[in-house]
Amino acid sequence: MSPSTRRLIVNMGWLTLVILALWQGLYALIGDIALRSPLATLQFTAKFVTTPQFATHLAETSKAFVLALSIAMASGLAIGFVLGLKRFASDIFEPFLIAIYSVPKITLYPILLLVFGLGLSAKVAFGAIHGIVPIALFTLNAVRNVKPVLLKTARVMGLSSTTTIRTVIFPSALPEIFAGLRIGFSLTLIGTLLGEMFASQRGLGFLLMNAIGLHNVDVIVMLTFLLTGFAGIAGIVLLLINRRITAQA
Amino acid sequence: MTQPHIRLSDVEMTFSRPDGVGEDIHALGPIQLDLRHGEFFAVVGPSGCGKSTLLELMIGLTNPTKGTITFEGQPINGSCPDGIGVVFQEDASFAWLTVRDNIAFGLRRMALDRREQDERVEQALAMMGLVEFADVYPSQLSGGMRQRVCIARTLVTQPRLILLDEPFGALDQQTRLLMGDEILSLWRKTGATIFLITHALDEAAMLADRIGVMSSRPGQLIDIVETNWPKDRDSRIVENDAFGAVTARLWRSLRVESMKAIGKKDAQA
Repeated sequence: MSPSTRRLIVNMGWLTLVILALWQGLYALIGDIALRSPLATLQFTAKFVTTPQFATHLAETSKAFVLALSIAMASGLAIGFVLGLKRFASDIFEPFLIAIYSVPKITLYPILLLVFGLGLSAKVAFGAIHGIVPIALFTLNAVRNVKPVLLKTARVMGLSSTTTIRTVIFPSALPEIFAGLRIGFSLTLIGTLLGEMFASQRGLGFLLMNAIGLHNVDVIVMLTFLLTGFAGIAGIVLLLINRRITAQA
Repeated sequence: MTQPHIRLSDVEMTFSRPDGVGEDIHALGPIQLDLRHGEFFAVVGPSGCGKSTLLELMIGLTNPTKGTITFEGQPINGSCPDGIGVVFQEDASFAWLTVRDNIAFGLRRMALDRREQDERVEQALAMMGLVEFADVYPSQLSGGMRQRVCIARTLVTQPRLILLDEPFGALDQQTRLLMGDEILSLWRKTGATIFLITHALDEAAMLADRIGVMSSRPGQLIDIVETNWPKDRDSRIVENDAFGAVTARLWRSLRVESMKAIGKKDAQA
């Protein structure tokens, strides 16, 4: 383990302790009406995650998220590469991508529901549209910023366009592309959960919305804890991979 | 009479303006130049005179507007022929590959068996003093070492003509002198023809057999200076009395052109 990785893990450990302390402090302040203590949450979580009900909802969310992320990655990378390689196309379409990025996606949800109906497809589509644009924008910039001297070198070596993309442009752009994938990952997760919260009968988002409606604080806090933990751990893993890639650049 | 290694005949380059308005920009030429087999030829000229454009024409990255370029008797048309290697001024090492893999990358289009490839890579590593850095990434090396990696990646293809576009431009003076020694040593070992573009008069005077002086835009060769140095020279040639005379002659040819390049139209010799 490299010193920087060890430092990151130690820092994350400290941050976790600080968050737990703040959580406990907040609980002491607010009480049971809107929060549960860290210990009570852990105990409830340990019990709840073993129930068949949780497994069903988790499987549904996982399925929707994996599908949404796959679509967001494939589409975002494809759009980013095409626009990054074609200056004229990117001059035309980049402003549109930026405009779409700044639109609150929730305003598009009624349209997606009409198109895809209630169920998995709408959730997947809603998750994917959150992730596509940032991945595409990062990829576009990464490809466009490949050093011209590397492209000249590829031409002097007589590499074909496909080989140049595969062996020079992609690896050169990878650190920036990966940064886009990290952001795309988080936004796709948010999109999928939002999709489940507003129009779904299954999934962790639905479970959360249902718990809010029933004022079931145990489930609300447990789900917040689980989702934050998952996003945090995934974020650290992706950050470590990103650092490893960037360290070579 | 022996055939020149590379021949430029009436080569001219004109660029259209990016906005399409106004007259085209006459960047280069006409240029006539024959490079002899195995010689070290340097080109000096004021900023913006078209030195790098000239190099891009010679490696087929751009086609000339007029004239022809032949390498070993064959015209260069839109692609870099086998037998030509290039080292650019900017760092062109591949950050995601180790030094060894960077060098081996140069052999991609050559149909060599694995053993031959490994041998060539090891030779290039040894020649450029990179053996102990073979498994590190370029980001762990200094600018001068990264430039060595690029030179090694070019050498591994065993080019007969090596074009160097200000390869030491980003290095400090001492390192440049030492890199100059290494280039001279490589030149003797490989027997290749070398074409060097530089803005440093002392570098050109130290390294080259002949030095072409280019005018301000449109760049033309206005003088060719023969140095008459012995083949086994190194950077200590700067101590030679004749070295100052060569540099002085280069500057005499170049001074007015350099003043024109920075906008002093009434410049006089």
